[in-house]
This record gives sequence, C-alpha cells and structure tokens, in this order.
Amino acid sequence: MANADCIVIQGSNMAECHPVGYQWVAEAKARGAKVIHVDPRFTRTSAVSDKHIPIRAGSDVVLLGALINYVIANDLWFEEYVTAYTNAATLVHDDYRDAEDLGGLFSGFDPEKGAYDTSSWAYAEKDDGKIEEPGPGSEHGAEASERAAGDTLGSGGPALEHPHVQRDETLQDPRTVFQIVKRHYARYTAEMVQDMCGISIADFEYLARTITENSGRDRTTCFAYAVGWTQHSLGTQFIRAAAILQLLLGNVGRPGGGIMALRGHASIQGSTDIPTLFNLLPGYLPVPSAGRHDTLKDYLDIIGSKKQKGFWANADAYTISLLKAWWGDAATANNDWAYDYLPRLTGAHGTYETVMAMLRDEVEGYFLLGQNPAVGSAHGRMQRMGMSHLKWLVVRDLNLIESATWWKDGPEIDSGELRTEDIETEVFFMPAATHVEKAGSFTQTQRLLQWRHQAVAPPGECQSELQFFHELGKRIRAKLAGSQDERDRPLLDLTWDYPVDEHGDPDAEAVLAEINGRHLDGPDAGKPLSAYTEMRADGSTAAGCWIYTGVYAGGINHAANRKPGQEQGPAASEWGWAWPANRRILYNRASADPAGKPWSERKKYIWWDQEQGKWVGDDVPDFPEDRAPGSQPDPSVGGPAALTGDDPFIMQADGKGWLFAPRGVMDGPLPTHYEAQESPVANALYPQQQNPARLVFPRADNLSAPSAGTPGAEVYPFVFTTYRLTEHHTAGGMSRWLPYLSELQPEMFCEVSPELAAERGLEPYGWATIISPRSAIEAKVLVTDRMAPLKVGGHTVHQIGLPYHWGVGNSAVVSGDAANDLLGVTLDPNVQIQESKVASCDIRPGRRPRGKELQALVAEYQDRAGLTVETGNRAVTDPAAEGIEAGPRGDGSTDGGPN
Amino acid sequence: MAPRSFLQWPVVRQLSTGDLLGRGPAVTSARTKAITPRTATADRVVQSVCPYCAVGCGQRVYVKDEKVIQIEGDPDSPISRGRLCPKGSASEQLVNSPGRQTKVLYRAPRSTEWEHLDLDTAIDMVADRFIESRRRTWQQEDDQGRLLRRTMGIASLGGATLDNEENYLIKKLFTAAGAVQTENQARI
Repeated sequence: MANADCIVIQGSNMAECHPVGYQWVAEAKARGAKVIHVDPRFTRTSAVSDKHIPIRAGSDVVLLGALINYVIANDLWFEEYVTAYTNAATLVHDDYRDAEDLGGLFSGFDPEKGAYDTSSWAYAEKDDGKIEEPGPGSEHGAEASERAAGDTLGSGGPALEHPHVQRDETLQDPRTVFQIVKRHYARYTAEMVQDMCGISIADFEYLARTITENSGRDRTTCFAYAVGWTQHSLGTQFIRAAAILQLLLGNVGRPGGGIMALRGHASIQGSTDIPTLFNLLPGYLPVPSAGRHDTLKDYLDIIGSKKQKGFWANADAYTISLLKAWWGDAATANNDWAYDYLPRLTGAHGTYETVMAMLRDEVEGYFLLGQNPAVGSAHGRMQRMGMSHLKWLVVRDLNLIESATWWKDGPEIDSGELRTEDIETEVFFMPAATHVEKAGSFTQTQRLLQWRHQAVAPPGECQSELQFFHELGKRIRAKLAGSQDERDRPLLDLTWDYPVDEHGDPDAEAVLAEINGRHLDGPDAGKPLSAYTEMRADGSTAAGCWIYTGVYAGGINHAANRKPGQEQGPAASEWGWAWPANRRILYNRASADPAGKPWSERKKYIWWDQEQGKWVGDDVPDFPEDRAPGSQPDPSVGGPAALTGDDPFIMQADGKGWLFAPRGVMDGPLPTHYEAQESPVANALYPQQQNPARLVFPRADNLSAPSAGTPGAEVYPFVFTTYRLTEHHTAGGMSRWLPYLSELQPEMFCEVSPELAAERGLEPYGWATIISPRSAIEAKVLVTDRMAPLKVGGHTVHQIGLPYHWGVGNSAVVSGDAANDLLGVTLDPNVQIQESKVASCDIRPGRRPRGKELQALVAEYQDRAGLTVETGNRAVTDPAAEGIEAGPRGDGSTDGGPN
Repeated sequence: MAPRSFLQWPVVRQLSTGDLLGRGPAVTSARTKAITPRTATADRVVQSVCPYCAVGCGQRVYVKDEKVIQIEGDPDSPISRGRLCPKGSASEQLVNSPGRQTKVLYRAPRSTEWEHLDLDTAIDMVADRFIESRRRTWQQEDDQGRLLRRTMGIASLGGATLDNEENYLIKKLFTAAGAVQTENQARI
C-alpha cells in the first residue's frame, strides 16, 4: 500500500480498525497518493482521506460495476496487460446466457434447488464442446454451496479439465469474455450509481477519474476492504467485482496494486490456511464429500487435473504428503495412504448449521476456543438457545465471556425463555494462556508468519490450546487403547508424539516442523523439505500444510527471522516468512510486460534477466524461475511445465486472471447487483430483488423484514450496519475485561443523523431502542452528521450505525446490549458468511422493555409487518419477469422447512 | 529550612543546563531523576506479536521476576515500526488483568453456581464425554452405503485468535476423531 498512487478503502474503516497498518496509507498520502474512502459512515478513516464518498450499505456492486463500465466505455483499460494476462480473449460457450437477458438470473438457475447448474458458463472447446471440470460429472451449485466450495479457492483458482481454450486476441468475437463483460455492465452507469448508491454524479466521476489516472504503466491503484465487503449475501461478488476492475486496470501482481483484505484477528489468515473450518484440510484441500470424493482417485481427479496448467496439477503430492504427516506408517500405497481415515461431508456443516443442529438436539458437545458466539455471531439469541440444548460445553478463554455465563446471566434468563435450574448443559470453563505465555506463530493479513517466543509460563491452571489438545488427544488415545473397533483406527494410528517441556507443554517448533514437512526416504530422509515443489505423490514426503513448506527449510524456524526492518529493503524478506516460498507479492510475474521488461522504471519489481536466463528482482519471483517470456510449451504437458511465458497466474488452471469465472463461483460468473435479504430499496437493475442463490433459513426464529414494495416493509424502515471501534476487539473477550479499554469506550451506542433523530424524537445521549424482526436492543444515542441520510430511488434512506462489542453478562468491566442479537442468518452461497453489514430495523426513543415484555415488543412488530417464515425468502422474486417457473424455496436452503 | 541559593533560581538553572525552554533538566525534580522506567530494570525482553488484529505489530515483552511488567511496540518490526494501537498498548493488562480467570470452573446440570474443579479431573471428564458422545452419535455410512466415518455430535468454534500450531493440532485431532464441525471466525 505504501507504493500505491491511489488507495480506495471500501468496506473497511482501516484507520480505526487497523490503525498501525494505516501508517502505510498515511505514508503513501504524504508522498502524494490519493486516498478515497467509500463507506456509509464518515469515520476516522474518512477524516484522514482526501475524500469520503458516502454509500448506501450493500450497493457496492452497482458502484464497482459502474467503474468497470466507465473503464471499458472510455477505453481506459490496460490493453496489453488485459489481452495477455487475463481471460479477456477466451471464448465462452454458446449456451451461456447473461443476467442482462434473463431479468437478473444467469443461465442454469434451478428454482427447485435455489441454486445454479453452472455448466453453461463454461469456456468453449473446439468443435462446440465445453471445458468441464475434471473428474466424473459436474457438481451442482447447490452441493457446492453446501460445502462452501468457494473456500477451497484460497490459494488458486478452480480446476479445469484441460487448458485448451479458444481465444480471439482481437477481443471482438461476441463470445469473448471481454465482450460479455462489456455488455453485462453497460447499464451500470453514473446515473444508476446516483439512484442506487446515493452517490452524486460528481463524486462518481471524481472516483472514476482518480483511479484511472492512477493506473497504467507508471502508476498503480490499490483497493482495501474488510468485512464491510464479506458480510453480505453476495459478499464474494463484491470482491470479485473489485478484482475485475483491478485486472482491467492492470493493478494485480504489481507494487502498489492489488486488493488488500484487512483481516481482524491475529491469525485469522492462519486459521484459514491451516483451517479449523469444516470444509477444508490444510492448504485449501477440500474435506472429501460422500458421493463425490468416495475414493482417493475420485478426489485427486477432481481437485486438480494433471492436464491443467499451474501448480494445482500437483495436488496429489500435497494430499498424500498430508496423509503421511497425519498417519505415518499406517498410510501406505495399499490403503490409498489412509484416505478412508478422513471423515466425509454430506452437506452444509458450517457454524450456523451447527447451531441449528444444536436446537434439534443433534449436537452433544461443543468447544469454544477463544471465541464468543453469544455476542460475536449473528443472531445471538439463536446461539444462546442452541447452547442450552447441549449436553456439555467447554469454554476455553482468558475471561468469563458471555458464552460461558449465558446460563446464569444471559438475556434469555431475564426474558424468562430459559430458567437456570432447568438447563441441563454441563459447562467447563478452562482458563487459557495469553499470547506471551506460549510460543507459536500467527499468520497476519499479508500471509506473513511471525513467531512469538514464550515470555513467561501461564499462571495457575491456564494452558495453551497446544497443551490442552495434545493432552486431550493423549487421554482419548489412552482410553481407546486396545480398541478393536475399526472407527478408532484413525485416532490410534495418528502421529501424536510431540516433545514436551517440564510443564508438559509441547514444543511448538516440533509442530511447525511437521507442518513444513520432511523427506521420508532416500539420502535426505528426515531432512525438512525446502519447498513444496519437493513433494512427491509416492509417500516419500510428509507435510502438514503444503503452502507453508519452506517455513522450516534447513531446519531453521524462518517465522522467527527478525532482521530489523531498518536494515533491509522495502520487501523486508528477512522478517518472518510469507507463504508461499517467502513471496511478498503474489503473481508478481505480472509486474513485467509480456516480454519480461518492467512496465515502467517507476513500478519495477520482477523482470527477466536475459544473461542469467532467469527472473530476478526485489522479491521471490512467482513464476518458474527459468521460464523465458516467449516460451510456448505444448499445453498438453500439463502442470507448471505447461505455463507459457506470459501466464502470470500460476495457480489458475489456464494461467490467466479471470474477469469471467467459468467455474468456482456459485452465484454467477460475473458480479451482479442484488439487494440485501432485507432492504427498503427495490432493485432498479433487474426484476430480481435478492441474490437468487443466497442461502436462506426459513424458520420461525429467523424471520426477515419484507423488502421494498412488499407489504410490511414500512414497519422496519431503516437500514442498520454494524462495526468496530479501535478500543475494542470483536465480541469484547479481549477488551471489555481490560480496565483501560473499558474506560476508553464504556458504553454501547448507536449513531444516527440529526434528521433521523428529529424524525423519531431521539435525544442526544439519551436511550434508544432498535427493533429488528429477531430482537430489540437498547443503546445510547449519538446524533452526528457523520451519518448522512442518502437520497436513493427518489426517497430518503436513513442508516444507523451500531458497534457490536458489548454483550449482556455480569463478568466484564463493561457490558451492554449486543448488536448481533438484531441480525438474522442469511448466508453467501460461496463461503457461507452471514449478511451482517446491512439489515432493516426501526428505532424509537427510550430503553427497551425488560422481562417478557421484550419478546412481546418484538412480536408486536412482527405481527404488524405480517411476517411469516416465507417473508423475504423466495429465491426468484418475479418468475414471470424472469421467464421461469418458481417453486417454493424448500430445500434450496440447506436446513429444510420451517422450524 | 535552609535559605535558597540564587543558583537554584529557575532562570539560572535554565541557563546553566542549556535547557533554555525549561522543559528538561532545569525543571526535573530530584524524585523524577531517581526514577527509571520499568523497562530498564527488566530481567529480559522477549520478542512477540500483538494478539488483536491481523496487522501483526511487533511487541517487546519486558519480564521481571517471571512476571510481565510491560509490553511495548517493537521498533525493529518493518510492519509496525514500534507503534501499537490502544489495544496493543493495553495488552500488558490482558496478561495481568485482575479479572482474569486462572482456575478451572465447572457448572453441573441445573446448577445455579460455578464450582472449582482441578485441571486434571476436568481434562479427564472432557475426554470421557468426547468419547461417549462420539460413540453415541457415530455415523459409519450414509443411507446409500457410502462411507461417512464421522460424528455430528461434537463441534468446535474458534481458531482465529490461536496459533497456527494450535489450529493444526485441533484440526488433526478432530479430523481423526471424525468430528467435522470445526469452525472459526473466518466463517463470520
């Protein structure tokens, strides 16, 4: 970001939430870079930007689509980059029909399943065929959504059968991706932005002009986002839209370019790479699904074709090395490397599904490991009610968070819905070690692993998770020792002997070494692997997470590298270790032109050195080191060897950056604007109101407000959005127990405009009650011009800002109502993230009712709006307008019918 | 009380110490002079990383008598260059907060209160419950005879605040046990 000429921050309040990272934005600005903040609220970030552009929450695809349209219509795209490095020239199959032609739906929509059959979006093959996904048959979007298959794209694109695409380098064929993109966004105009986002034409033109003037050979623009983009029912598409724009402008793989995901937890990147997620194995390998990945051969055929280009063609080596790391000698060629030791998925098993399964009494035990869902997850009431159905709950945390104490002081005890004496759940609170009381690595938001050394021993009975889980595993294995039951083999055969210190704490470096991997055979047997390219599919290597291989190369913990920043260059490659291969900018081959020369002296980064016959520069080249720029290998060789000299996107099956996604995205190959699940605005672009493929849960405890134009919408007339403050951390488990931070931000509040305060009689610093279809909460009123009412579609839209750090309980230094109690559960179909950045509510002066009266108030609103479990949950808004027969949503959701 | 010498007059002190603006040695009291920062007397300094957001600011942890006495920004970090935000600056209190729980607590079914349980007993009870729940809720195959090899009776949530090595052991153990419902903040 420090190298950017223009920085657009959208969907993030970076100066507030990542203040120390923001110094690099400030530095770029001091050098003359333009900083533009697009956000519903005027925040601390807006205050230190060149310009703040207020936007209606949830309308970002309209704005980004209009920028794409502006760039194409005014011929401002980076022609040489786009033609060579993206799939702009690739032909899409004739069967494809765009949302422009079908009233907002793409071809292949299945109203029964509420999901797409994505096969018509495929690339065209010679002789009228389609380039399918590898392996037997193609996966329906409904199944892909259930296993949140989008998550598997964390380190590269979806697999293709083969890379023999057809291209028209002139980009004129109407079936080229370029022409399709051009047509798709033609109606996303400045006027549409004005009508849908509430952004003036002058502000739009300023934004469009600034980013295009700061893109090209000599200049680069960077985007930064956070959960303001991800927490939507089409969040994945917000980010895809920015990716299309950045590819068209040539801002990917270059210094000062890219799209920065600003993540909010110390190792949330690490917990995605080494995933405590239901659908992933380490390194973005999918957890097998029954019926799709029944045998190792099926699994390997599907996740990466040997015929496709790039490094995902070697997924067999990554998978088998993982199985060898976990099951050692028990993993042999004869038993398919213990592939059948892996459990199988049969649908959606994400965190919200799990809570609904708790309510059905299907879950007996639950571990909470440094997470506070009673406050931090959407629909707090459902979270707490779910936990009350458990047989046992283990909460491992530093403090007595609300998720540990809901049984005695939660909101449902006050409302009378739960009675402590009736709750059967056993609760274990186990104190955890802090970050200085254990050694280990965090992976921060730029994929950089940084080691922490242990400073002191944990106090009292506090333990690290490493120690607790190592010990738990040992005891489970000891109790099962001698079992002849086949189901216990994976536990008993597990490699689980880590050296421990005098306190019984396992050596975290030994675990890191296992993650890195080692040679098992040959002259190097026992030695750490240096790079994932050394992995083999014959059982001669073991590694716990292939993308992290190299962090322990040479037996040295490179995450602990600490050469002071002032003693090294801007890439600072000797501080910590970035995956993959200590590379700081991904796809950096794109920082040079097709001939291998830097696009400009000013933006020089990686280039081809003809004399040495290799790529050189300021970073580790993200390309086969000796692959010359003009290389045209036979594509049928497959894998990395098939990459041409101008295929910079080495983890993509065709080596190109995807403007159009022929596979992998469940709700459309191109981002398309849909309104949120709950919106007071009708979609002006299409008859289709909401994302047709979003995951809905029609249940009596998860009602939705009616959308604009349907009866009852006026009962919840305002939009609310949730956010963070500098002084607190998510659900407060690490901040509301600290006196310093509690004093700095003691109280829950809501931000409202002076106009809304006048309309509803809200007194500054008085109380307000905010009511959604799920709950009602109270907050102190902050009246501020920072919340500007927007003119949208001819009427005024008021937005309310709610920080979400507080919760109801008696243990924290400060407590208060939880904003997340207002939210329902509607999910993005690619990654199953909930829509929590935009929803509908009402607001009125005064405190909320206590006891049973609280539920009565919520019910009174529900009745007045005429809410049913069907409200807002239709997949297709207007079947006639979209020319298809709409069925009930039914099993389009992953949960089933009404509760 | 001894008469004050003119040499102690502020203006003389300012001139004689070179502290012309009177913001340094000229106005430093004897008591202040005798104070040294906690960081100067620490037994050791340990390099660490801030536990809050994902920027990954460098921290220096000052330890004396096996207690953390201060946490400051690490000027060597090319990411943070010594800076910390209010949360990172308060992280000493995360370690030493008086409200921090250091004992295992247990709430029995229908009970209205916590009771203390020793750590060893607690881990053993959790291991027993894990095994029992797994056995009760085991699914070997689906209705079409396809392998499932799992339990849907045990779930977990958390990991984004934990170390890579910890996430690795959690994922490894839960996968081997067939407990597929491991999730964390990345889904949220």
